[in-house]
Amino acid sequence: MGIYYSFTDWNRYSDQVRFVGLENYRAIFAAKSVYYQYIGNTLKFTLISNLVKIIPALFLALLFTDNLRGEHVHRTILFFPATLSFIVIGLVFRSILHPEMGFLNQTLRNLGLGFAAKGWLIHPRWAWFSIYAVDAWRGLGYVMTIFIAGLQSIPRTYYEAASIDGAGFFHKLFSITIPMLKPAITVNLVFGITYSLRVFDIIFVLTNGGPGRVTEVMNTAVFREFALGTYGVGVALSTVLFVVMGVVSVLVIRLMNRGEVEQ
Amino acid sequence: MNRTRRQVYRIIQYLVACLISLVVVIPFVVIVNNSLKTREEANRMNLALPSKLQWENYRVAIERGKLGISFFNSTLYSAFATAIATLVGAMTAFVLARRKTRFSQMCYFFLVLGITLPINLIALIRVMQVLHLVNTRLGIILVYGGMNVSFAVFILYGFVGTIPRELDEAAIIDGASPWHLFFRIILPLLRPALTTVAVLTFMGIWNDFMVPLYILNRASLWPMTLAVYNFFGLYQQEWHLVFADIVLTCLPIFVIYLFSQRYIVSGMIAGAVKQ
Repeated sequence: MGIYYSFTDWNRYSDQVRFVGLENYRAIFAAKSVYYQYIGNTLKFTLISNLVKIIPALFLALLFTDNLRGEHVHRTILFFPATLSFIVIGLVFRSILHPEMGFLNQTLRNLGLGFAAKGWLIHPRWAWFSIYAVDAWRGLGYVMTIFIAGLQSIPRTYYEAASIDGAGFFHKLFSITIPMLKPAITVNLVFGITYSLRVFDIIFVLTNGGPGRVTEVMNTAVFREFALGTYGVGVALSTVLFVVMGVVSVLVIRLMNRGEVEQ
Repeated sequence: MNRTRRQVYRIIQYLVACLISLVVVIPFVVIVNNSLKTREEANRMNLALPSKLQWENYRVAIERGKLGISFFNSTLYSAFATAIATLVGAMTAFVLARRKTRFSQMCYFFLVLGITLPINLIALIRVMQVLHLVNTRLGIILVYGGMNVSFAVFILYGFVGTIPRELDEAAIIDGASPWHLFFRIILPLLRPALTTVAVLTFMGIWNDFMVPLYILNRASLWPMTLAVYNFFGLYQQEWHLVFADIVLTCLPIFVIYLFSQRYIVSGMIAGAVKQ
């Protein structure tokens, strides 16, 4: 169904739907087409947003399993944003990052750090940076919680034995923790990648693909085609994303099934 | 020497922990605090306490943002779609987990793919036009219900496997019909897993934005996410009202989180631990 319409010139302005073959795909994959940039942005977001979440989250998980007083309170606080809607978080940060009236810039100015105040969401240089920051703000607690679950299944005795043998923090991290956390890392990667390839809400609310088209990703581009009424191109773009996700998903499920067999 | 080093290390740990939590908490404090200020005070958007609590803001936000009707819509969509997804998901999971043929394995694989695959919403609208479901409450409930069956099957499938087959056999020998077996025996045993699935599905639908953005274009049908988004666009110069609206939108989720944190956390990492 969706694939059929991607071969047509279906749009809002005419009743007839004509079959145009690969025309839409040719537009998407034409040399120098703007869509390459959207695909590139999606991949860039997938790579960076996962890196800035998974690595700090691992250290936070280690921190909050170290018998710290009040660690449960911290965990609860950190997890909470993951339950909120992207829309709400996006709006919260759009007000906080507002260039003139936002909390962040006003605070910076009051502290005499006015030079650090930036147009966080409207300047091409900072827009992506802000998106990663907000996305990490929401997702960190969730990724951390999965790591904590993984950490709690590692027997204490491993660490004791390593300490006796004189292993330092990093030695233990790379020789015990990370190998033992492999399942948790896989899960975080799987969830992270499937989420970030489909990302829509947070970017739509924060920058709506702007400034210009700097932060446009696949799904916001699909919505733009939809809003313009050029449904055929929108469906074709969706189909491209669908195929990519299909391949990724099959690989992921293979991976998960293999994990089950091993146990 | 070693002990002082440990103590310093400990203090650094505490500082980092508190700093991280503060980074998460401050945005909420800013929003709640400024939602209780007058317009002029809220425009300065700082952490100073309001000179006088303005509960008025909430009343105005509810009235102007039409939050009453959107709250009703959100609740309606989330509740019915959750019921459909969990019930259908439980039935599907039961059959698929009990009947281990190649075909049922394929069905399971196919259904689970639905968790990660994106929906082609523009094509979906075409289907809904044909069925006269665009811009109707029934339409969006069915879409949400269908979207979430995959996740329900995925979680429940594993749990059905833990219920011993002998139980089914005993019930059938005692003369239970398939319906009786499912509703009287299997469903009650699945209750913990059902709760987890239901809470997560409910919250997922409550938080969703993309589906109504595409398929609902009448303001009277909007759920809270869409209502608050539009409110933000309309009243961007009146932060106190915007913040009041944001607080009201977060509130239901916050309450659910407080009361069912256990189910949410365990459900969200269920996949992780099981794999």
